[in-house]
Amino acid sequence: MDFRWDIFWKYLWPPSAFQNPLIERGFVLTILLAVTAETIGVLLGLLGALALLSKRRALRGLATVYVTYFRGTPVIVQLALIYFGAAAIGLYGFPSKTIGFITLSGAIQAGIITLGINEGAYLTEIIRAGIISVDAGQMEAARAIGMTNNAAMRWIVLPQAIRVILPPFGNNFNGMMKSTSLVITIGALELFGAYQEVNGVLFDPFELFLACSVYYLALTIAWSWVQGRLERRFGSPDQRIFKPRSDGFGPRRRVTGTAGGAEMVPAEGRLPRRHGVAP
Amino acid sequence: MSSDNPGLAIEFRGVNKWYGSFHCLTDVNLQVERQAVMTIIGPSGAGKSTMLRCINHLERIDDGEILVEGQLVGYREVGGKLKELSDGQVAQRRQGIGMVFQRFNLFAHLSAIDNVAIGPIRVLKTPRDEALDQAAILLRRVGLAEKAASYPAHLSGGQQQRVAIARALAMRPSIMLFDEPTSALDPEMIGEVLAVIRDLVGEGLTMVLVSHEIGFAREISTRVVMMDGGLVIEEGTPAQVFGAPRSERTQAFLSKVY
Repeated sequence: MDFRWDIFWKYLWPPSAFQNPLIERGFVLTILLAVTAETIGVLLGLLGALALLSKRRALRGLATVYVTYFRGTPVIVQLALIYFGAAAIGLYGFPSKTIGFITLSGAIQAGIITLGINEGAYLTEIIRAGIISVDAGQMEAARAIGMTNNAAMRWIVLPQAIRVILPPFGNNFNGMMKSTSLVITIGALELFGAYQEVNGVLFDPFELFLACSVYYLALTIAWSWVQGRLERRFGSPDQRIFKPRSDGFGPRRRVTGTAGGAEMVPAEGRLPRRHGVAP
Repeated sequence: MSSDNPGLAIEFRGVNKWYGSFHCLTDVNLQVERQAVMTIIGPSGAGKSTMLRCINHLERIDDGEILVEGQLVGYREVGGKLKELSDGQVAQRRQGIGMVFQRFNLFAHLSAIDNVAIGPIRVLKTPRDEALDQAAILLRRVGLAEKAASYPAHLSGGQQQRVAIARALAMRPSIMLFDEPTSALDPEMIGEVLAVIRDLVGEGLTMVLVSHEIGFAREISTRVVMMDGGLVIEEGTPAQVFGAPRSERTQAFLSKVY
C-alpha cells in the first residue's frame, strides 16, 4: 500500500488545507449553499404545505404539481434544467452577481435556487404531515376562544407540528449538506469541486477524497448535535426525556446529551434540561 | 334580521342540517333566555352536540337561522341577502361564547396558566402580566392554583377539564357552552368538574350544557330539552321534563338512564 500521509495530512488539517484558496472558498460555499438553500426550502415548504391543505382546489393543484416534479426528478437534472436550460431558451442567463465584497457566480446562484426549490418540495410534505398530526381538537379549541385560523396556526398548531417536523427536517438538512456537491455538474466549485481540482494536479485521489470526506463529516456531525439540541428543546416529551426500554434493548442510561444520567419526568413543572438522576 | 325578542341569548329558527344524506338536525326551534341554564339530554347521535357546535359556528347549518344575542351566526344580512362572514368576523363573534369540550382539548404545548392566558394575550391583546394575573385568579377559582406550571400531560382528566373551563372563562364570555363535559372522565373526577360548573350558576352567564348527568341537570337547570334523532322531542322546566315527561320517548330514555 502506498498511502501518502503527508498529502492526506496537508489537505486535512485546516490551517494547511485552507492555504489552498479553492478549498477555503469551497468550504465556505458549501455552507452558504446548504444554509441559504435550506432557508428557501423552509419558506417554500411552509407555503406549499398550507397550499396543499387549502380549501381552494387551484392552490392544491399547483402545490401538487410542484411537489410531484421536484420530488420526482433527480436534482442533477433539475440543476441542468434551471442553469443551462433557462439560459438556452433565453429565460435567464444567470450572470455573476456581486453583493458587497462577495461575488457569486451564476452557477452558485442557480445551485442555491435549484436546491432550495427542491428542498421546498420535500419540506412541503414534511410540514403538511406535521400539521395534520396535530389533533383536530386543538384547532377547534383555538377557534372556540376566538382565534382566527391564522392565529390558531401560529400559536397552537404549528408549535405542536414542529415536534413531528424536526426529525425528518433534520434528516433532510443532513442530505442537503451533501447534495451541495452536485453543483459541480453546472460548473460551480464548492468543497468537492476544490478537491477535484487539487486531484487533477496531484493525482492522489484516495488521500484527497478521504480528507474531503472528513470535512463533510465535520459538517454533518455538527448538524446532528444541533438537531439533538433542537429536539430536546422543541420536541415532544418522548424526544426530550430518556426512559429505559421495557424490552431490555438499548442503553440503560442515556449516553449523550445529559450529564450522564437518565432524565425522569417530574410530577409537574417544566421538564428539566440537565438533571442527572440515577435510575 | 334582528331577533324579535331581544332578551334571548340564543335562538334557533327552523334549523336543519345534513351530514351527506343523514338529516342530523330537523326543524329545530329553540329559545334560550339570557342567564338561563339549559341542559340538553337525549341518546347518542341525537344531534345534541351538533346543535351546540352550531351556536359558535364550529359547524355550519344548511337551513334556517341561529341568532346569538340578536345577531345571526355565521352570516350577515346585506340588502336582504345573506353573506357569509369572514374568518376574522366569525372569530370575533366567538369571543363572547365560551366552549368546554368533551375531550378537554387543552393546548398540549402550553402549561395550565399559559392555556388560560393565551386567549386574552393573543386575541384580546391584554398585556402579558395582566393576563397572567387574571389567569392565576381563574385557576385558583377552579381549585388548581398549585398546578399553574403543569402541562396537560401531567394533569388528570378532571384537572384538565377544570383548566379548560378556566380557559373558556378567561375570554369573559356571556354564554358558556358545555359539550358533555364529564363524559370522558373517570367517575371519581366527575364531581370536581360538576362543582366548578355549579359554581358558575348565578354569575349572570347563559349556560347551555349537553350532558348525561341527569341528577346534576335536574339540580342546576332552569330549562331542559330532550332531543332524539335530530328533533326536539320535549322542552320545559326540570320538574316538567324529569318529573312529568309528556313524550313516550322521553319517558323511555329517562327510565333507562335515571
